[in-house]
Amino acid sequence: MSHEVELDELPAIHGAMAEFDTPEELVEACERAYSAGFRRMDAYAPMPVTGLAEAIGYKKNKVALCVLIGGIFGACGGFGLLEWITVVAYPHNVGGRPLNSWPAYIPITFECMVLIAGLTSLFCMLAMNGLPQPYHPVFNVEEFERASIDKFFICIESSDPKFNIAATTEFLRDLGGKEVTLVPA
Amino acid sequence: MATLENLDKKELIDPGPDRILGTGHDYETVTDRIAGIVYLPWKRSPKKWLVGAFISFLFVNLLMLAMWVLFAKGIGVWGVNIPIGWGFAIVNFVWWIGIGHAGTLISAILFLLKQDWRTSINRFSEAMTLFAVACAGMFPVLHLGRPWLAYWLFPYPNSMWLWPQPRSPLEWDVFAVSTYGTISLVFWYCGLIPDFASMRDNAPHLWQRKIYGVFALGWRNSAIHWHRYQKAYLLLAGLATPLVLSVHTVVSFDFAISILPGWHTTIFPPYFVAGAIYSGFAMVLTLIIPLRAWYNMRDLITLRHIDAAAKLMLGTGLIVAYGYAMEAFFSWYGGDKYESFMYWNRMTGPYGFSYVLLILCNIALPQALWSRRVRHNIGLVWVISIIVNCGMWLERFVIVVTSLHRDFLPSSWGMYIPTKWDWATFTGTLGFFMFLIFLFVRLLPSISIFEVREVVHHDRYMERAYEEKL
Repeated sequence: MSHEVELDELPAIHGAMAEFDTPEELVEACERAYSAGFRRMDAYAPMPVTGLAEAIGYKKNKVALCVLIGGIFGACGGFGLLEWITVVAYPHNVGGRPLNSWPAYIPITFECMVLIAGLTSLFCMLAMNGLPQPYHPVFNVEEFERASIDKFFICIESSDPKFNIAATTEFLRDLGGKEVTLVPA
Repeated sequence: MATLENLDKKELIDPGPDRILGTGHDYETVTDRIAGIVYLPWKRSPKKWLVGAFISFLFVNLLMLAMWVLFAKGIGVWGVNIPIGWGFAIVNFVWWIGIGHAGTLISAILFLLKQDWRTSINRFSEAMTLFAVACAGMFPVLHLGRPWLAYWLFPYPNSMWLWPQPRSPLEWDVFAVSTYGTISLVFWYCGLIPDFASMRDNAPHLWQRKIYGVFALGWRNSAIHWHRYQKAYLLLAGLATPLVLSVHTVVSFDFAISILPGWHTTIFPPYFVAGAIYSGFAMVLTLIIPLRAWYNMRDLITLRHIDAAAKLMLGTGLIVAYGYAMEAFFSWYGGDKYESFMYWNRMTGPYGFSYVLLILCNIALPQALWSRRVRHNIGLVWVISIIVNCGMWLERFVIVVTSLHRDFLPSSWGMYIPTKWDWATFTGTLGFFMFLIFLFVRLLPSISIFEVREVVHHDRYMERAYEEKL
C-alpha cells in the first residue's frame, strides 16, 4: 500500500498516518514513535485508551485546575450576591434579626459553585481541545472515519522537526501500521 | 457494515445475570447495533413505538389544553384552596424531581463507584433525568398564578428595586432545580459528543452525517482530547453527586422548614433523597424493560442490569420504610398533641385510604424483590416498578395533602378534591415525558456507544488474561 510520491506533487502534507487494529498495538507504536524522537504527533482511538495520551508525551491536564477556579468563583459569586442583596441592596429588618444571616445562604452558594464549576468543566475541556473545529486535515483520509468506530490511528505531523516523508512513512510501516497514508493538509 | 436486518434475524439472547454485554460483540457490532436503531427508516419503526408515540402525543395536546385553560381562567380551575394551597402541582413537582434523581445516581454516583454495569443504561437514564426535570420545572411555574412573572424568582436588577428573599427554601429551590437541570444537560451532552462523532462518521445518509456532525463539534477522537474529556467527565460526575443529594434536600426543606405538623421533621432530607432514588429506579425499570424488548436489545441491556436495578430499588425502598417508621414513632414519642393527631389522622382520617395504598405499594409489595426468582422474572419486575411509581406518587400526595387538610384550628379544616384540570395537567406531563423518551430513543443513541466499546475491550482483555493463565 506504499505510495511513493514526489514531494512537489503534493500541495501540503499534514502528516503521515498509520492504522492499527487494537489499542495495545497503538499504545506500543506511540511509545516507540516517542522514543524515536517524534514529538508533534497525535493518536486516535474510538474510545479512551489508558496510557495513550501519556505515550505520546502528554503530561499536564489542566482541566481540574480550571474547574477548581470555576468552583471557587461560583461559590464566592453566589455568596457575594446574597450578601449584597440582603445587606446592601434590600436590607429588610425582620423582628430585629441580623441582616447578615449567612447560614441561610449556604444552599444557594453551593448550587452556584456546582453550576459554575460544571459549566467550566465542559467549556474548558472543549476550549482546550480547540473545539468546535469545523475542519481538520485528518478527516481527509478516507479510512479515518473508522477512528470513531473500530480502528486505531497514529499521525506524525509534518511540523515535527524530524519529519521526512520517506523516512517517516517507512518508520510507521516498521511499527506494524497496516495502512500508511499521507494526510493532505 | 452489518445491517440491522441481518442482526434482527440473529437470535439475540440475554447473556444472563453475570454479563453486561452479550457474547460475540466487537467494536463495530456495538456501534451498528446501537446507532442502527437511530438509522432505522421511520417506516420500519416498531408498531408499538408508533402507537406509544401517538398516544403520548395526544397527552401532550391535553397538557397544552390544560395550560391554556389555567392561564385563561386562573388557579381556580384546580382543586386547591385554603387550607390546601399545595395540591397536585407540588405533589407532581416533587415526584418528577425524584424520578430524575436515579438518572444522576446511575450516571454519576455509580460512575464514581466504578460500577461498570451502569454503562448500558446511563445515557438513557440521563435523558430520563432531563425530561423529568423539565416536567417538574413546569409545576411551580404553573402554580404561580401569574406564570408570566416567573422571572421575578431570579435575582436581577429591576426598576421596582426589589430582590428575592434568599433566606427562603422556595428561593433555594429556584437555584437548586435550575442548576440541576443545567448540569444534567451538560453531563448528558458531554457524554454524547463522542457518539455524535461516531454517527457523523457512519450514518447512512449525508443529511444525517451533517446534523450529527454539527453536534459532534469536530470531535476527532484524539488521545489528548480523550484525556481531557475523561477528566472533565469525572469532575462532572463528582459535582453531580453532591448536587443530586442537595436538590432533593432543598426540596424537602420546602416542607421541613415550615412549622406544620407532618412537615416539620428533621428526617425529611435523607428520606426524601432515598425516596427520590427509589422512584427513579422504578421509572428506569418501567422504561427500559419495554425498550429492550421493542428494539431487540437483550444483549445490551441484560438481566445483570435489571437485577442490579431491582436490588437498588429494594435497598432504597427499605430506607424509605425506615423513614415512615421513624415518622410514625416520633409523632408518638415526641408527645406533641398536634403531631400525634396528624399521624393518626393520616392513617385513619378521610385520606386514610391513600396511606394504606402507600404502605402497600411502597413497603409491602416490593419485598417480593428479595426473591431471586422474582428479580429474574422480567415481567414481574416491570409490574413491581409501576407499583413503586404509584406508591411514590402517593407518598408525595400523603405528605402534602394530609398534613395541610387538618390545620391547628378545626374551623379551618378542609378537603382537597383534584379537579379534571388537575388530572389533565398531571397526565399531560406524563404524556410529555413519554413523548420525549420516544423521540429520544429514535433520534439519539440511547446507549453510550464508546463506553460499550470499553466494555468490549475489557472483556477481551479478561479473556486473554484467562487464556494466558491456562
